Amino acid sequence: MIPRLPRWDRVRESFFNGERLRDSFPRLLEAFVLDIKIFAWSTPAILALALVLAIARSSRNPALFPIRIFVIGYIDVMRGVPVILWIYLIGFGVPGVGLERPFNSPLLWGSVALVMTYSAYVAEVFRAGIDSVHESQRAAARSLGLSNSQTMRFVILPQAIRRVVPPLMNDLVSLQKDVALVSLIGPIEILRQAGIDKSKFANFTPYVAAAIIFLSITIPLTRTTDHLLARERRRTSATRVR
Amino acid sequence: MKLEMRQVAKSFGSRTVLSGFDLDVAAGEVVSFIGASGSGKTTLLRCVNLLEPIDDGAIFLDGDEISRIGRDPNPIRRRIGIVFQSFNLFPHMSVRQNITLALMRVLEKSADEATGTAKNLLARFGLADKLDAYPDQLSGGQQQRVAIVRALAMNPELLLLDEITSALDPELVGEVLDVVRELKGSGITMLIATHEMMFAQEISDRVCFLDAGRIAEQGPPSQVFSQPRDERTKQFLRRVQALGKT
Ligand SMILES: Nc1ncnc2c1ncn2[C@@H]1O[C@H](COP(=O)(O)OP(=O)(O)O)[C@@H](O)[C@H]1O
Ligand SMILES: [Mg+2]
Repeated sequence: MIPRLPRWDRVRESFFNGERLRDSFPRLLEAFVLDIKIFAWSTPAILALALVLAIARSSRNPALFPIRIFVIGYIDVMRGVPVILWIYLIGFGVPGVGLERPFNSPLLWGSVALVMTYSAYVAEVFRAGIDSVHESQRAAARSLGLSNSQTMRFVILPQAIRRVVPPLMNDLVSLQKDVALVSLIGPIEILRQAGIDKSKFANFTPYVAAAIIFLSITIPLTRTTDHLLARERRRTSATRVR
Repeated sequence: MKLEMRQVAKSFGSRTVLSGFDLDVAAGEVVSFIGASGSGKTTLLRCVNLLEPIDDGAIFLDGDEISRIGRDPNPIRRRIGIVFQSFNLFPHMSVRQNITLALMRVLEKSADEATGTAKNLLARFGLADKLDAYPDQLSGGQQQRVAIVRALAMNPELLLLDEITSALDPELVGEVLDVVRELKGSGITMLIATHEMMFAQEISDRVCFLDAGRIAEQGPPSQVFSQPRDERTKQFLRRVQALGKT
């Protein structure tokens, strides 16, 4: 069916060219290492910052009210603008004030932009987890003489984090893809390498190759997420009927 | 530990739960609170434990005013144990961890000492083999007994029991009440909110009937249950009897 479309041959030539694929693939794979690196150093920073934001936002201490307001504002602003725009603004803007090497690296500020935006999304996931722990758990902990922060650390957070692992994985899958956006401000990672190869040979096959490389990471991640979600659902529904 | 409540008031929004509430409990006394659902039994116990801030009045432990605004509640809560209707064990922790958490983090005992305390108490209440079980592997009765052990491990001078058998299947009620019977002999002061009239009659030095935010009638169980004076108490007991709960 498809091969009979009039322009199919040309499409196959420019998107599914075996020779171009073999030629580009090793270069793309090499460039993909940078994507993995950005992902690897951004993720711990995102999780840590998000946790701090979520705890600050969930705090009930009246003295922390100004901090809570600040955190709510931060989360709203970060989530209210497309990630790509933050990467442009921070990635071009901050080095633009005339910082010296290595602090003018677009790679650094691109990563910072990812951390700032994603921590806002992930903070909301953590907060939902914290809110989902029943009030009676807090009462039980406080009644034993545990302080507010001990209650958070030993009783609330361990339960909250367990519950939000699946939605957290969803955000990490998105992050894995959005890492490629950093290429727009300079660093040669896979998407940019694919663009270079495309221009050199006037052939789109490198983009298809890049897509395949992304899928080889994101599909297993997505499957794992679904698996965890299903398990969590089974677990919580079992508790409900008991 | 001696407990005094003076003119305590507590409302949730426009719903007044306690008003002008007075109570005196002597050290070692066992006092039960009965009353309709919504009469404020839970709120009363939560106020004593400072889980609910009171709006007015004062609460004293051994003459020391614990309800003063701005006072750190944690050292006070260490001396008061509470057991909840819904157990409220920490589901992500084993029985051992549930019991030792506050011993280690609040009383700063070593892990060995805390585990020793846990083991002793569990053995005393027939739960020796449950040390490393998780709450969802236990029956409701076992969970509630663990919750009592968790509270007792802190060695409280005052124990608050909030309808601790209400969430249990009837055949599991006995094992939990046996724990309380055993405690009565130990000299600990207890405030018990309960629907188990027979049990209240048996265990209490004094029974208080709560109605409209106050104690409508109180006295020794024999008097309150056999010759209630207050009209509302009579009505309440008749209703409970009709339900076959005595
Ligand atoms: N956190 C709360 N917020 C609002 N209303 C509450 C809260 N806790 C209790 N109440 C209300 O206070 C009243 C007394 O409740 P409670 O102390 O639980 O009574 P009991 O334990 O005797 O059944 C009820 O009307 C209940 O709806
Ligand atoms: Mg109640």
